[in-house]
Amino acid sequence: MDDIPPYPPIDPTTFDLIVIGTGLPESIIAAASSTASKSVLHLDPNPFYGSHFSSLPLADLPSFLSSHSTSPSPPRSPSSDDPNEFSLLEFATRPLYSSIDISTFSPNLLDQHSRKFNLDVAGPRVFFCADKSIELLLRTGTNQYMEFKSVDATFVGDNKGNLWSVPDSRAAIFKDKSLGLVEKNKLMRFFKLVQGHLAGEQDIKISEEDLQSPFVDFLNKMGLPPKIKSFILYAIAMADYDQEDTGVCRDLLKTKDGIDQLALYNASIGRFQNASGAFLYPIYGQGELSQAFCRRAAVKGCLYVLRMPVTALLVDKDTGCYKGVRLASGQDIFSQKLILDPTFKVTLPSGSSPPLPLKEKLPFFSLKDDKGKIARGICITKTSLKPDISNFLVVYPPRSLFPEQVTSIRLLQIASNLAVCLPGMFVLYISALCNDDDQGKKLIHAVMNTLLTVPLDSESNAAVQSETAENGSAVQDETSESSSGGPSDSGEEKPTLLWSALYSQELTLGQVDFICSTPMPDGKLNYNDLIDTTFKIFQEIYPGEEFFPETSLENPEGDGDASPET
Amino acid sequence: MHGRPRKAPKPEEEAASVAKAQKLRALQTQFFSFHHNKIYTKEAVELSAKLLEINPESYTAWNYRKLAVEHYLSQPDCNPDLIKSVLDDELRVVENALRQNFKSYGAWHHRKWVISKGHSSVNNELRLLDKFQKADSRNFHAWNYRRFVAESMKRSEQDELKYTEDMIYKNFSNYSAWHNRSVLLSALFEKKAEGFLSKEKVLPEEYEFIHQAIFTDPDDQSGWFYHLWLLDQTVTTDSPLLASSWPGHGYDVLLVEDRCYNGSAFSPFTALHSDSGSFPIVLYFNQPVGGVSSSTVTVECGFNKNEDLLWKPLSASNSQTARVWVAHLKIPSSDLHSTVEVSVGHSKGIISTRGFEYSHPSMFSFKVRVQPMERDFSQVSVAESISLREENFKIYGTQSEESIINSFNQLSIKNGHESTASNWRSEALAKEIECFRELLSLMDCKIGKLTLARLLMAYDVMSYPFANKLVHSEEVLELYSDLMKLDPTHYQYYKDEHSMVLLQKVTSSKESLLQHCFQYKDSVSSAICGPICLRLNNLSLSRMGAFEKLLWVQMLDLSDNELQSIEGLEAMQLLSCLSLRNNKLRSLTALEPLRKLKLLRVLDISYNQIGDHSIDTTRYLCSSPLSHSVGSESNKDETVTSGVALIDNWEAFYIFKDFNLNQLDIVGNTIADEKFKSILVKIMPKLKQLDGKLLG
Repeated sequence: MDDIPPYPPIDPTTFDLIVIGTGLPESIIAAASSTASKSVLHLDPNPFYGSHFSSLPLADLPSFLSSHSTSPSPPRSPSSDDPNEFSLLEFATRPLYSSIDISTFSPNLLDQHSRKFNLDVAGPRVFFCADKSIELLLRTGTNQYMEFKSVDATFVGDNKGNLWSVPDSRAAIFKDKSLGLVEKNKLMRFFKLVQGHLAGEQDIKISEEDLQSPFVDFLNKMGLPPKIKSFILYAIAMADYDQEDTGVCRDLLKTKDGIDQLALYNASIGRFQNASGAFLYPIYGQGELSQAFCRRAAVKGCLYVLRMPVTALLVDKDTGCYKGVRLASGQDIFSQKLILDPTFKVTLPSGSSPPLPLKEKLPFFSLKDDKGKIARGICITKTSLKPDISNFLVVYPPRSLFPEQVTSIRLLQIASNLAVCLPGMFVLYISALCNDDDQGKKLIHAVMNTLLTVPLDSESNAAVQSETAENGSAVQDETSESSSGGPSDSGEEKPTLLWSALYSQELTLGQVDFICSTPMPDGKLNYNDLIDTTFKIFQEIYPGEEFFPETSLENPEGDGDASPET
Repeated sequence: MHGRPRKAPKPEEEAASVAKAQKLRALQTQFFSFHHNKIYTKEAVELSAKLLEINPESYTAWNYRKLAVEHYLSQPDCNPDLIKSVLDDELRVVENALRQNFKSYGAWHHRKWVISKGHSSVNNELRLLDKFQKADSRNFHAWNYRRFVAESMKRSEQDELKYTEDMIYKNFSNYSAWHNRSVLLSALFEKKAEGFLSKEKVLPEEYEFIHQAIFTDPDDQSGWFYHLWLLDQTVTTDSPLLASSWPGHGYDVLLVEDRCYNGSAFSPFTALHSDSGSFPIVLYFNQPVGGVSSSTVTVECGFNKNEDLLWKPLSASNSQTARVWVAHLKIPSSDLHSTVEVSVGHSKGIISTRGFEYSHPSMFSFKVRVQPMERDFSQVSVAESISLREENFKIYGTQSEESIINSFNQLSIKNGHESTASNWRSEALAKEIECFRELLSLMDCKIGKLTLARLLMAYDVMSYPFANKLVHSEEVLELYSDLMKLDPTHYQYYKDEHSMVLLQKVTSSKESLLQHCFQYKDSVSSAICGPICLRLNNLSLSRMGAFEKLLWVQMLDLSDNELQSIEGLEAMQLLSCLSLRNNKLRSLTALEPLRKLKLLRVLDISYNQIGDHSIDTTRYLCSSPLSHSVGSESNKDETVTSGVALIDNWEAFYIFKDFNLNQLDIVGNTIADEKFKSILVKIMPKLKQLDGKLLG
């Protein structure tokens, strides 16, 4: 990526807005600004769309992660004798990923087909059928660039490797085999209470006092047994931290928020006729979403240049105000506003003191947050974690795997029918919030050890494995083995790990200040919070403009139907 | 398809509807002319298809098409290809009509008719059904049709059972699916299919299944209906049983031709006054049966030939099935000492209305003795009126324990072999009881309470069939009292159930029944006289029951209750004296059961509501004497000539003409004016006393 291909100069050289990076927030802003008739230049140093929200081929993922894991090299001395009236502030990359750990147990097989994989950098992530991202896609007609399939079920896992289906609807409660009759009754009555409350029925209103109290207290008050509480808190409301331990809980849910989450979940089930569960996943991976918004922006006149790094920020010498950017091609481009991918960090030239007006804006440079990190893991297997079902979510509530586990761990299995991997394979995305890398590793490993067989010696095992896989009889062998009784006493063989990538990701927030910076992918399962933040950033840079006005229904091909194809 | 609010039509919709009506009318006129002239040309048939597409409810058009098909098929040049094309056309028309309204009875019926011709593939039908059941999984037309198709395809019940299960898993609020399940299981039970040999194995699984639905959403009624079916399957034995009889086994029956028999060594429970020269044998079955006759029931005694006995069903309708059957034995001489043996069901022929054979032959025997008339007493008693007033009763002492115990123990016929087989039934009920107690501990649930009450009663009856123990009756009564308050809409139902349980409780033990047994004491002579009077007065009963335990009763006081009906009272064949004073009987037709009580001499129906309501709805349920079905044996002319306006008073005529009453009290009813009373006197010439006044 260091070899920058020669580019023809960009013309014009002045825009209303320059956006650097094609992650989801940047892409939405580019599309929204273009829709608001702003001239927009959208740049990305990468040769692909999506930045930290992209889906990458197997071989490209490790290099992408490691390219964002090193500390910036000390800034070069500023180009001397700048003839302009600008100060140059050099860009450096911020280390966003750490403890990257790639293991390959089947190198031949996977390397040959690297491009058949579309691995999400920010997984696991899904769309709730009724959430804000789906609304935004429909409202903007962006859905015409994407296709979805249903994520069929949600399970709650335990430390014995069992996956319990989450009774998330009336029919599911009826069918559930793990709940007792009393539990079924209590759960359904709770759902009815929530539904009644949401429908505004007079006699079943939840009191304001309850709404402001912690959700977990309310669930206790309703007399729900621990198992059901755990289902509701972590597998439906998707809480991250242990709600019953206020010492460690950083996201204590209020009843009001919990109910909103339930309402979202409830509205998601059955919204689209051919989606059986509450969630959707896009064919070709989550990277499609950023790309779809870029296409939406391009239709509205946004100019796209990929593989174009930006080297420095141009700042007015006297006022310290932003003026433009210098591209790696050496060209200077000017704009009124700038949106910056969280990758970039502006550094001051060493030895030179910044212009006075800039000093006041310095807090921006120390952009830092204490939200901790998120540990992510991507695993590839050849068998599904659960027979007969390929796309599903698994939640491990806090302390379900080991006593020190204070956050939920979520796992999303996606099969090849979503075009994310080789036919017959499965991609598992795992994530958990953590304070540091070690803690994160422990969380991800706990899930992997519970569900997967990890070959001891990666290289030697890999050779054998890939051979059996390649002679095409691997599947048959497995079945005959398990039918003949096999050595395992559980009767069910755990899927064997073929490849894995473990890494920790920084959780930087969006910043609206001297220069607007977009957030990194958060620790949530869907895009709701990111879309909220994006909307705020847009409002900040264009306070008078509407964020995708309702009237923009002029999309030519789109039929406004987001229902997934199955 | 369900729960959609109706909206007022918009102007353009109304205009469309007017246009549609016009088009329909034009089509219809033309169609009728084709139909009347039996024109079955292609054009004419096409027109009917058009008509049906707009209005699938046009039965005449469907029938016309059937005639057209028959016409084509009867043509001499008809060949298999033609048949197929004609029938395929019909199927297409039906499909189009169903698209318009998939709840059209005519269309579904037509489709059945076409398929029944046997020339079309049935396999296609399942595919069509899948489409309809996807659109509305609760469409009972589709479910009905599905049963028809499954039968024609010879699809196994097991496969269909699996199908209902899948449908239920999709949405368990589906009456049709649950109903289909009950139909399929019944068929499998009947066939004794593999895995369905014993209900003992299958029902617990079904209970488990339905619990999931009931506990998940107790407000959904469809599950409760299925539960009720399961409960019925659990409680009801297939083959009918003899529940009780009169006389019971081991009875010493004393027949007196005289009303007073004080000082006799016989129990007043088993002494019977008879002035008709005969006495009844009553058989009480646990469910309605048919086929009771001298060939299925044998009565051995020295004084009557079995073949001469005529067994009659006692039922409100004139059907040949009933729970209660009666035959009358003639009393030959005054000096009788005889043992009578009755064998029931030793030869086949007694069959329940559900088609099950009476399969537990039983036998009982009793002694009969006739006490000759004592002249001097009879003179008095005939002249005296009987007044069922408080001061005339004396609580019955316990002088002759022995005979009472006897009469109680023999109320039910022994069916020991059945009781061992029904262990699983009471176990299943016990499990259900526990389950619903748990549900009620979680929440307030009306239908849950009702179910628990039913379960508890069924359990008591099943677990202690011979001990007559009702350990749960207090709890059940409380549940019904609760329900009356919680659910006023169904007050009367709960009240009736409450009454039935109360009666079961009263009759459940000797001790409790004795508290209601009194001896009648003449107010003038203060001599203790006559049989035991059972007093069930002032219990706020709305319905009468427990008849199987009350067959022996000759005097019954039901005054000061809330009875609206006395249905079932016809079983009490020995009744000679009955008070229904101060109840809520609303019509003369409500007295219908009394017509069958041949020994009834004294009746008090004063202070009821007969005649309050100008429209008597029961009148429409009850056959008029002007129709030929009733009273064929009676001599109408006689009454008519005696000047009674038959048309205006046919109910009075119908009810009272067969009575042999000596004494009637009817005062305090709207209907009972002087004119009506004079009519009554004419209808019942034997009446000696009306409203306390001696008749001349």
